[in-house]
Amino acid sequence: MMRAPALVQICIENGNMRIECPHCGDRDHREFEYLGSAKLLERPNGGDAAAYHDYVYLRKNPTGENTELWQHVMGCSAWLHIVRNVTTHEITEVKLARDLKEVAR
Amino acid sequence: MHYSVLQILKNGLTGNKGWKPVWRNPEPKKSYDVVIIGGGGHGLSTAYYLAKTHGIRNIAVLEKGYLGGGNVGRNTTIVRANYLQDGNLEFYSHSLKLWENLEQELNYNVMLSQRGCLMLAHNDGQYDAMAWRGNSNLATGDDAVLMGREDVRKLVPFLNFDDARFPIRGGLLQRTGGTARHDAVAWGYARGADMRGVDLIQNCEVKGFRIEGGKIKGVETSRGYIGAGKVGMSVAGRTSQVAEMAGLRLPIESHVLQAFVTEAVKPVIDNVISFGMGHFYISQSDKGGLVFGGDIDGYNSYSQRGNLPMVEHVAEAAMTLMPMVGKSRMLRSWGGIMDMSMDGSPIIDKTPVAGLYLNGGWCYGGFKATPAAGAAFAHLMATGKKADWATKYNLNRFETGHVIDDEGTGARPNLH
Repeated sequence: MMRAPALVQICIENGNMRIECPHCGDRDHREFEYLGSAKLLERPNGGDAAAYHDYVYLRKNPTGENTELWQHVMGCSAWLHIVRNVTTHEITEVKLARDLKEVAR
Repeated sequence: MHYSVLQILKNGLTGNKGWKPVWRNPEPKKSYDVVIIGGGGHGLSTAYYLAKTHGIRNIAVLEKGYLGGGNVGRNTTIVRANYLQDGNLEFYSHSLKLWENLEQELNYNVMLSQRGCLMLAHNDGQYDAMAWRGNSNLATGDDAVLMGREDVRKLVPFLNFDDARFPIRGGLLQRTGGTARHDAVAWGYARGADMRGVDLIQNCEVKGFRIEGGKIKGVETSRGYIGAGKVGMSVAGRTSQVAEMAGLRLPIESHVLQAFVTEAVKPVIDNVISFGMGHFYISQSDKGGLVFGGDIDGYNSYSQRGNLPMVEHVAEAAMTLMPMVGKSRMLRSWGGIMDMSMDGSPIIDKTPVAGLYLNGGWCYGGFKATPAAGAAFAHLMATGKKADWATKYNLNRFETGHVIDDEGTGARPNLH
């Protein structure tokens, strides 16, 4: 059997990341745009500068599970709240960000 | 041993039996005046300048793995000083000056090759921005040559000048930029530090800090507790984890950046060329391999290996810019974990814990910064003051609004 070139083989073994969009189903992650940590949903109320500094700039930056915001820009345009392991790239949870609206407001 | 032509001749004639290991492998002592966490380029150069410039000899560098096994051995070896904004301008300018004298300074061949760095522009807007950048570099005392399309063609005639989407409008050349042998930089600093009595302790992972009354007392390691008057973190890629052990949360995300090398070919690319279409850049190593890379993968990662879409993107950029590289076979690809800071610029500063210092957030700039980052970090740790050329890399600049956002993309680490 013909073996794929080394680099392609590495990529196949790594597995390309796929995201299960609640609207569109299982899609390649290239259809999605990454915004960043899902803490961006928790915008502070009022004019507390320290809270805003924390909100805009500081990150926990874990090595394991990270909660993130992605947008399905080449699909339904929905904002997704995703739990992803940043070392293995395993995605364990995908929700619509709008369902978490009570957190956001 | 002082390296010289005489030594090469002498050892060459005596079977090369006179070469000795250039650093010891000491057991950690109970305590040190200064402990540096991280035996990479920055940690080793910090220890070197602490010993050489500031006369502090009781120093340990603690390395989890082996010396130079992290990002200093995983980068694409480019050295340049063509940044845009105050803070970065004077810092990288100083770094390039240190590079130019590094081999004499260390008595070690780091193979600095000032072959020139060429950045390409594809439209009038990019070209105007390059004029601005070039003027900033000239005003800082660095080299910059703004080149029209025909000048670029004379320099690098093999590029695709007439691509429909990204025709070449011109470029900005820094003739003093180039490449260096990355491992040799780590080894040269390690040798220089060891010669001045610095203990380089490998296989020694820091597991925690001992902090009493807001002041650092020492570090818990996999080889026992080590007391310290001052501790410096120089662990880019893992800065968030190490800082978290001291209760700090930082304006940093970790992302993976991929790099690639082809099989060795005859000399074809004289300069470092970067393509304005994305973050694509390419140079040719002394062994002949074409070394190139692109953007970070775009989402947080600690995996030290990248994903296929960026491989495709980089290959497309290569083929768009110089179709001739399509005939060469890619040999290897690898990934390094970058500290992506919230404004794309690094941090060299004290922390809220007395005696604990931070050098991190280097994004893509870490390798070219190695000499100046070490010198600035050593200056800060020894004197408590910022070096003249590194006054703006403050940890609190995000609170005070003094961000240094060269790319102008805001608090989006994946876009810097």
